[in-house]
Amino acid sequence: MTTAETAAAPPAASAHGHAHGEHSPHLAHHFDTPEQQFDSGKLGMWLFLATEVLLFGGLFCAYTVYRAMHPEIFHWGHQFLDVKLGGTNTIVLICSSLTMAWAVRCAQLGQTRNVIIGLVLTLMCACGFMGIKYVEYSHKIHMGLMWGTNFDPHLEHGAHSQGGAVAHAPAAAHPLEATPPAEVSTTKLPTSNPVTHPAKGETTVAAAAPATLVNEPATSATAKPGQPPHAETPVAGAKAASGAVVPATTAATDSRTTLADAGVAPVGLAPPGAQAHEVPRPKNAQIFFGIYFAMTGLHGFHVLAGMIAITWLLIRTKRGDFSPEYFTPVDLVGLYWHIVDLIWIFLFPLLYLID
Amino acid sequence: MTSPHAAVGTKPVREIGAPPAELNYLNVTHGIRSWLLTLDHKRIGVMYLVSTLSAFLLGGIFALLVRTEHLTAGKTIMGADFYNQSFTLHGAIMVFLFIIPSIPAAFGNFVLPIMLGAKDVAFPRLNLMSYYLWVTGALCAVISIATGGVDTGWTFYAPYSTSTSTSVIPMAMGVFILGFSSIFTGLNFIVTIHKLRPPGMTWFRMPLFLWAIYGTAILQVLATPVLGITVALLMVERAFGVGIFDPALGGDPVLFQHFFWFYSHPAVYIMILPAMGIISELVATFSHKHIFSYKFIAFSSIAIAILSFLVWGHHMFTSGQSALLGMIFSFITMLVAVPSAIKVFNWITTMYKGSVDLKTPMWYALIFIWVFSIGGLTGVFLGAMSIDVHLHDTYFVVAHFHYVMFGGTVMALLGGLHYWWPKMFGRMYNERISRVATTLVFIGFNLTFFTQFIMGSRGMPRRYFYYPEVYTPWHVASTIGSYIMASGFFLTAGYMIHSLFKGKKAPMNPWGGATLEWRCASPPPVENFATPPTVGDPYDFHQVEYDPESGSWRHKAIAT
Repeated sequence: MTTAETAAAPPAASAHGHAHGEHSPHLAHHFDTPEQQFDSGKLGMWLFLATEVLLFGGLFCAYTVYRAMHPEIFHWGHQFLDVKLGGTNTIVLICSSLTMAWAVRCAQLGQTRNVIIGLVLTLMCACGFMGIKYVEYSHKIHMGLMWGTNFDPHLEHGAHSQGGAVAHAPAAAHPLEATPPAEVSTTKLPTSNPVTHPAKGETTVAAAAPATLVNEPATSATAKPGQPPHAETPVAGAKAASGAVVPATTAATDSRTTLADAGVAPVGLAPPGAQAHEVPRPKNAQIFFGIYFAMTGLHGFHVLAGMIAITWLLIRTKRGDFSPEYFTPVDLVGLYWHIVDLIWIFLFPLLYLID
Repeated sequence: MTSPHAAVGTKPVREIGAPPAELNYLNVTHGIRSWLLTLDHKRIGVMYLVSTLSAFLLGGIFALLVRTEHLTAGKTIMGADFYNQSFTLHGAIMVFLFIIPSIPAAFGNFVLPIMLGAKDVAFPRLNLMSYYLWVTGALCAVISIATGGVDTGWTFYAPYSTSTSTSVIPMAMGVFILGFSSIFTGLNFIVTIHKLRPPGMTWFRMPLFLWAIYGTAILQVLATPVLGITVALLMVERAFGVGIFDPALGGDPVLFQHFFWFYSHPAVYIMILPAMGIISELVATFSHKHIFSYKFIAFSSIAIAILSFLVWGHHMFTSGQSALLGMIFSFITMLVAVPSAIKVFNWITTMYKGSVDLKTPMWYALIFIWVFSIGGLTGVFLGAMSIDVHLHDTYFVVAHFHYVMFGGTVMALLGGLHYWWPKMFGRMYNERISRVATTLVFIGFNLTFFTQFIMGSRGMPRRYFYYPEVYTPWHVASTIGSYIMASGFFLTAGYMIHSLFKGKKAPMNPWGGATLEWRCASPPPVENFATPPTVGDPYDFHQVEYDPESGSWRHKAIAT
C-alpha cells in the first residue's frame, strides 16, 4: 500500500491487514468487536475530513479577505472563467457522488458486481472532471492569465490562436451582458498598454507605508489621464503591511461605485456606455488567478488522491475482500469522495458565479 | 513485523517480587526490522523518544552557539549570517521537531493505551506512518540545513521568507510534513480515547494525563491543517510566485501572520497541555494523595484548548491590527490565565497535607510549578497591549516563552522521563546523581533566562547580532547559565544510558502510582494486559500499599 492511499483513507489502512483469526479475518487484534472497529474507522475518517475542511479553510479565508478588500479584482477576473465548463464539472462531480453512494450501498448489500460498476463510473466521472480542468487550465495558461509573477495576459493573442474555439472568452461567459466589459477585455486591452505593464509610469504612492511595501505604483490610476487618483491617506503603522495594496481609486463619477462595499472603488469596471479606452483591468488582477489556481489546484490534488483510493478499492473489490460484514474501506473512501465533491460545490459559485 | 500474539498469556500480571516476565515488548522480537516495521505503540513511542531527543540535542547545539556568540557585543565566534541561521534553526528544530511531538508522540504513544487499559492505539499502521512522516520532515530540515539553512526566524514571516536567498522551501516542506505527522497522531489518540476504553473506564476515571492528551489531540487536529496550508502557500509563493503574501504582487503579508498564528498559538498549548498532564500525574503520585479537584483539572485542559483558538492576535499587537481587535484579543488572552491558575492551585492543594516524596520526578514537578508560574505571569504582562508595545520583540518575550516552553514543557518532559523510565525499560536510574543533574538544570535554566527578562525590560531586542555593551554582563551571565544547564542535560543523558545496562531492575510499581500502567509488568508485555484490568479511581492511593520486601508498591486489585 502506498503512503498516498494511507493518507487518503487512514482508518481503512489500519482496518485491513493485521488480520486475526478469531472472529472475522478483518478484525484487528486490539478491537473487541467488528462494530467497535467500524465505529473507530468512521470516527477517524470524520476527524480527517475535519482537517481537510480546515486545510481548505485557510484558502477560503484568503479568498474572503481579498474579495472584501478588492471586489473589483474578482469582478474582473471571474469573467475569464467559463461558467459552462465549470457548471459541467459541477454536474460531473455531483453524478460521481451519486455513483459513489450507490457503490457504498451495494457494498453494504454485498452486490460485488454493482460495487464495481459504481466505482468504475465514479472513476470515469473523476477522469472527466480532471479532463475538463485540464482544458480550463490550458486556456488560462495560454492566455497568460496566471498567478503572481507569471501573470502576463495577452488576451487577443489567445483569442487569435484559438480561432473561433475560444469558448471561455468573456463574451461567451456573459452572453446576456452583450458588451462593455466583454468587448473591452477582448479587443481593447492591448491598447491600454500602461496597465498591461504595471511597471511603467511609476508614481510612487506617497503613503507612509514602509518603503519595501510600496514598490508597486498606482498604475491603474495613472493610466487614466482624465481621472486623477484620490489623495491617498497615509496608512502608516496601522495598515502598514497592506499599504501596497491601497487601491488607486477612480473618480467618484463611476456609476458602479455601489459595488465598492469594502470602501474600495472598483477600478477595472468600465461604467456602462463608457469609452472602451477606460482601463479594463484593475490593479493587482493577478491576485484573483493566484487564488483561483491555489484553490482549484489543491482541490485537483484531492481529486487525484480520491482516484487513487477508488482504484485501490476496485482492486480489493475484485479480489473479493468486501462483504456485508466488512465494507469499511468502501464506506470511508465514499465519505472522502463526498467531501471533495462538497468543496467543489463551494468553489464553483465563489469563483465562477461572481456578480 | 512483530507478532503481537507471541507474548500473550505468558505472565501478563505477575506477583510482586517475581522475576520479570520472560517476554516483554522489548525482547519479544529482535533485529532492526522488528523495530522499524513495528506496529506496537510502545516501540513506536520509544522510537519517537529517541528521535525527538536527538532533535533536542541538535536544537540545543544551535542554542549554545547563539549563546556563545553573545559573550561579546560584537563578533565572537560566527558571522552575522550564520547567527541568523543559528537562531532560526534553533527555533524551528526545537518547536517542530522536538517540543510539539515530544510528549504526545513519545509518552502519549507509550502510556496512553496502557493507562486506558487498551491493547494498542486505534490505528497502529497510521501510528507508524506518523512516525515516518516525522522522519521525513526531519530529513527535509536536514536538507534545508545542508543547502544553505534558513534565516527567517522560526515564524517564516512574509515577505522576508519569500525573498531571502536561504533554503526556505525544504524547511517549509519539512514543517508541512511534520504537521501531518502531528495531525495523524492526534487523530489516532482521539479515536483511541473515544472508542477503545475498556468496560469500566468512564471519562471521569481517566487519568488526567489522558485528558491533557485529549485536549492536545483536538488542537493538533483542528489547528495544524491551517499551518499546513500556510506553509504550502509559502512554498508555492517562493517556487512559482503566486503572490498571495507578496505585497509587490498585491498580496498581504499580514494575512500570513494571521494564518501562522492561528496555528502557532494553539501550538503553544499543544506544547504545554501534555506537560500539565504529566505534572498532574507526578504531583498526585508523589504526594500519595488523591488529586485535588479532578474535574476542574480535567475541564481546565479542555478550556485551555478552546480558548487557545481565540487568542492568536496577541502576537500581532504591533502588526497593524485595529485597537479594538487588539483589546478583544488582549482580554481573551487574560482569560487563559484562569484555567492555568486552576491547575496550579490544584497541584499545590494536592501536595498540601500529602506525604510528599521528593524523588527526581517530583523535583521536576516542583520546578515546573515554579518556572511555569513565572512564565505564565509574565505572559499576562505581554498580553496587556500597552506593555506589549514596549516589550514586543525584546528579550523579555524570549525569556517569557522559554519559561513556558522550556521551563514548562521540557521540565515536565524530564519529569515524565524519570517517572516512566522504569516502566519503559525496566531499569532504575541512579537517584543521587539524578538530583545533582536536576539541580544543575534548575540553576542553569534560571540563570539563562531570568537575566533575559532583565535585559529585555531594559530594551535589548531579540535576534540582534550586535548589541550595546551595556548588556554584556547580562549576556555573559545568561551564557554561563546555558552552559550549566547543558552540563545538567549531558549528565542526565549519561546516567540514563548507564542505567539501561547497569541499572537496578525496576519493580512493577516503584513510585506507588495508582494508574493502570503501574499494574502491568516493567517493561510491559506486548499486549499490555491479558485480561482487561479492573478500573477504579485512578487516584485512589488507599488501594496501593508499600511492600518493603520487594521494594515495590502493590495494588490491592492484583494483590488478591
